[in-house]
Amino acid sequence: MATTGASARFEHVTLAYDGRAIWADLSLEIASGTFTAIIGPNGSGKTSLLRAVLGLVAPSAGRIEVLGHAPRRGDPAIGYVPQHSSFDRDLPLRGRDLVRFGIDGHRWGIGLGDGAAGARVERAIAEVEASAYASAPIGRLSGGEQQRLRIAQALAGDPRMLLCDEPLANLDLRHQQGIAELIARWRRNSGGSVLFVTHDINPILDVVDRVLFVVGGRWAAGTPAEILTSERLTELYRSHVDVVRVHDRIVVVGESTAAGLELEEPHHLPPTLVDHGAPR
Amino acid sequence: MDQLGALLRYEFVQNAYAAGFVIALVCGVVSRFVVARDMSFGVHALAELGFTGAAAFVLVGLSPVLGLLTGSSVTALFIGALGARASGRDTVVGVTMAFGLGLGVLFITLYPRYATEAFAILFGTITGVSRGDLALMVGIAIVTLVALALIYRPLSFATVDPEVAEARGVPVAALGIVFLLVMAAAVAEAVQVVGVLLILTLMITPGAAAERLTPRPGRAIAWSVGIALLCTLGGITLALVTNVPVSVFVTALSFASYLVARFAVGPRLRSDVRPSATAGA
Repeated sequence: MATTGASARFEHVTLAYDGRAIWADLSLEIASGTFTAIIGPNGSGKTSLLRAVLGLVAPSAGRIEVLGHAPRRGDPAIGYVPQHSSFDRDLPLRGRDLVRFGIDGHRWGIGLGDGAAGARVERAIAEVEASAYASAPIGRLSGGEQQRLRIAQALAGDPRMLLCDEPLANLDLRHQQGIAELIARWRRNSGGSVLFVTHDINPILDVVDRVLFVVGGRWAAGTPAEILTSERLTELYRSHVDVVRVHDRIVVVGESTAAGLELEEPHHLPPTLVDHGAPR
Repeated sequence: MDQLGALLRYEFVQNAYAAGFVIALVCGVVSRFVVARDMSFGVHALAELGFTGAAAFVLVGLSPVLGLLTGSSVTALFIGALGARASGRDTVVGVTMAFGLGLGVLFITLYPRYATEAFAILFGTITGVSRGDLALMVGIAIVTLVALALIYRPLSFATVDPEVAEARGVPVAALGIVFLLVMAAAVAEAVQVVGVLLILTLMITPGAAAERLTPRPGRAIAWSVGIALLCTLGGITLALVTNVPVSVFVTALSFASYLVARFAVGPRLRSDVRPSATAGA
């Protein structure tokens, strides 16, 4: 089958969790080399979609194709960056040990004395500009530093596709920008594609090509300009929603949650407008 | 010193040192993972239900060491099967442990001459190790260490970074059950030295002290093994020359190692690992 140009393809995919459909009839093609943001409220199934691409859950209906074949557990061509979660302060693990897992952590045995892997670790660390703290215990690093090392971990295996699950959550604005730039730079240099789950589009607004917006099992895909409009989001949320552009930021404001749909994205709610002055 | 030299000619003393050596190797390695996976309660349960297993085996005239191993392994599988989701594990462990200990009480009651054997299993009996026991312990140790060497990388990955490990295809849940079985074997070994009630002194403390001494995972295991050796062999020596039970000295040495690692050596060893240029970033 000709799959040129597509790094992932969904054909009438339904994903169920605990017997409840969270994605219904998703048909979408992710072109190679594109940066796709997957946006939606918490619990809307964004992570499940990534897990399906990783081969960890099978769709209950439809077909998924990733890099020309069915999703495979542990596909080395896919790099994965999870949400920031802190490590124990005293965990004996350095940044470079975490990065090393990205190369051979899944292999059996002890794995001593592999010079080539060591060199790849160093290269990946240099790529994310983390050399200065790569030998410190990982639990003592800041959230932004840890996320840089996680990106190095994902890139160390030379993936063709990067899946990121809320990699900017719990980071301050400055680190959000830094991490977003790293991922965008990798995409530019490698020609790989990025699937980026987020509840806030703003930190990646400059680099994103396509948006997949999901609310309560309904979804819409297209360019940010097509999707992030009051009309499209009102349709998705089934409740009146305004998309407002303020100081280069996009803010989604819902008029009520009577329909049972909550706009949970903290960055979209008015209080954060106070800190829009942070450097971009 | 002369006294010790004379003692070394006895077979039971040689057996004690040999057993102590292999037990410390196993416990040193396993305790790093127990600490990193936060499974102290699980260790305790495996040991107490190992006691139940030993009591059952003695009752029907079989080896208490095999009984320990059987009891702790069955418990490991049971906890693994019921508690696949990490969140509910403590509860599952507690529920299982309570029932198993109840059975242990029943077995003691059924076996009238049990008091000495029960004391040995509860508080340790390294000087009572026979050649046959020793061979069994070396066998268990070899199997355990080979298994750990085989799963070392994916187990480390799954321990510190389960989400990404799963995404990379590591069988995280299955490794959790395999590690429970490794723990069960290590528990059956460690009980020989310190007994069921003091098991944590060999299964937690060396690993906890080691992480104060180095940020490197491989070295942390080496430190942990070194501390376990010091506690076990040192404890046996002191017990032989003083006639006080071995667990008294093992627990004291192990606690002292932890205090030294945490407050004296650790802070100095780890003070230079983080360049000041990035502090607070």
